Amino acid sequence: MKENANLLFVFLFKTPIEGSGYSLAWYILFVFIIAGALLFFAANFAGITSFIERRIAARIQTRVGPNVVGPQGILQWVADGIKLLLKEDLIPDRADQFLFRVAPYFVFSGLFAAFVALPFGYGIVAADLNVGVYYIFAITSLVVVGIIMGGWSSNSKWALFGALRSAAQIISYEIPTALSLIPVIMLTGSLSTQDIIKAQGGLPWDWFVFHSPFTFVCFVVFFISALAEGNRIPFDLPEAESELVSGYNTEYSGFRFLVFPMAEWANLWVIAAMVSLTYLGGWQVPFVSIETLSGSLVLIFLSVAVFVIKTSIVVFIVMQLRWTLPRVRVDQMTQLCWTYLVPFCLVAIVGTMIWMLIFPWETRVALLLRLMMFGIGFAFCFFYVRRIRFNYFNDKTAYENLKKKSPWYPIWRLP
Amino acid sequence: MTPYFNAVATTLYSIFEGMAVTTSYLFRRPSTIQYPNKLEKPLEEQLSDRYRGILQVDTSVCIGCRICEKTCPIDCIAINLEKNKETKERFLTRFDIDISKCMFCGLCSENCSTCAIYHTKFFNGATQNVDELVVRFVDSPIVLYKHRKDSDPKTREKDLSGVIVKQKMVKQRMKKQKTAKQEMPVNKISKHKIKEEIL
Repeated sequence: MKENANLLFVFLFKTPIEGSGYSLAWYILFVFIIAGALLFFAANFAGITSFIERRIAARIQTRVGPNVVGPQGILQWVADGIKLLLKEDLIPDRADQFLFRVAPYFVFSGLFAAFVALPFGYGIVAADLNVGVYYIFAITSLVVVGIIMGGWSSNSKWALFGALRSAAQIISYEIPTALSLIPVIMLTGSLSTQDIIKAQGGLPWDWFVFHSPFTFVCFVVFFISALAEGNRIPFDLPEAESELVSGYNTEYSGFRFLVFPMAEWANLWVIAAMVSLTYLGGWQVPFVSIETLSGSLVLIFLSVAVFVIKTSIVVFIVMQLRWTLPRVRVDQMTQLCWTYLVPFCLVAIVGTMIWMLIFPWETRVALLLRLMMFGIGFAFCFFYVRRIRFNYFNDKTAYENLKKKSPWYPIWRLP
Repeated sequence: MTPYFNAVATTLYSIFEGMAVTTSYLFRRPSTIQYPNKLEKPLEEQLSDRYRGILQVDTSVCIGCRICEKTCPIDCIAINLEKNKETKERFLTRFDIDISKCMFCGLCSENCSTCAIYHTKFFNGATQNVDELVVRFVDSPIVLYKHRKDSDPKTREKDLSGVIVKQKMVKQRMKKQKTAKQEMPVNKISKHKIKEEIL
């Protein structure tokens, strides 16, 4: 990023930065600009995603969803935000005043700091840390500190139970999350997010998911444990509405409450971006090598688009899972982690090591095996589409007899 | 070991099937009726004929048996009958239904032998004043209906759109505004309020 700062300085003021004497001030200003841009992205992504998720959830339940504020309800999230901003900032009488006020900042800063190491395209990353993945794990653990602080200081049993569950969940799920990325790190030989993407290719059989059956297992494990770390359904035990009112944020109101759901929505991007950069090839554009990619501005924008599309698809799947699955019990949650995900991960790590020794990445046999894995994955997707088709046509005639009109109303046709 | 791997397989397969079901719903028509903004046809046409909307009385076929008044569990129907002692004719002088009380159970319309009282499809009768919801169906005394052998009033076509109730409610509202207008000069604040109500 320092080079970009230098380039921008030269572009704006037509003088090299070394001799100008403003280098320190410029770098600090540049840091603030980048932070502002990331905050702008995170906040707007959180808001727009909340609206889109409500619409998708509505369509899954054959409803319409919010469609009154603005054209097709697109401004609903702004209205919600303004409503919450205008509310009174209540603090319970017996609450621990200081911790109660501070907790939301911990939650949001923990999540927002993860954006620093997340790439958006070729060379577009706030800081290309050489410990990028490790940094993201470490910094997102700050969220659990904020949640426990909020739950404890609220002086409410619901909030305390939510915080306890959250602590148990996030701490235990850090282990499979970290373990399931070890194959990726072994294959890359680096912890940097950019290097991980560069080690993959643009075409699906060059992604790490299809490297071997073991990495595929690790991909599934990583996806599940990332959901659990982000408190998404089916692992939303810390804020289970039917059991704990609203969990750790029960006593919050106004802007302090707004921070919690906003952090959760922003976390959706972090989860999806992590999944897509580690296993799904990140910003790699098909049929374009990294050397040609670095030369052209259009191709760099194309890489951003590829990354955003991949991430959006993962976000969509996470949303759909939320409206498909019921919430797991606490014992099921811990059982899943310790008796299924962790052993599977350990086996997969050893398996990947052996696989790497027998079939090195460049050999023709390895490519053939990757193509085979991709074929299996493609067949899986094909079968999925067939099942969707089957479910649709299964109810079609009954619907037509009842309502005298076709049930065909795809998601892109807005009601 | 077999139950362990079976559990994994069933979990993944059931999630897969569940996802396929929810995805298929993304391609189906939402069942929401977007009242009142985006209706394909007026809502009163979409409602079934047995919809229990606001009650309506066809006073021309009422026989004055008062069964509806007796069966009503919350006494929202009030009927007065009078008899001319010379001609021995009976009159209906009052038939009020308090719609604000009515719970739309349908007991009155089930028991009516001539279908004089029945539910319409009219449902949006919200007003700013609760008193306006007492609908008076009799303005001047009406001679009661007598059964004839050649015609059965049950087979006649009912006015399901609720024209009579709508007319009565509008008339009552106008009447109220007229009386309010006469009181206007006394209090300027109330005058302002009434103007708003009219608008």
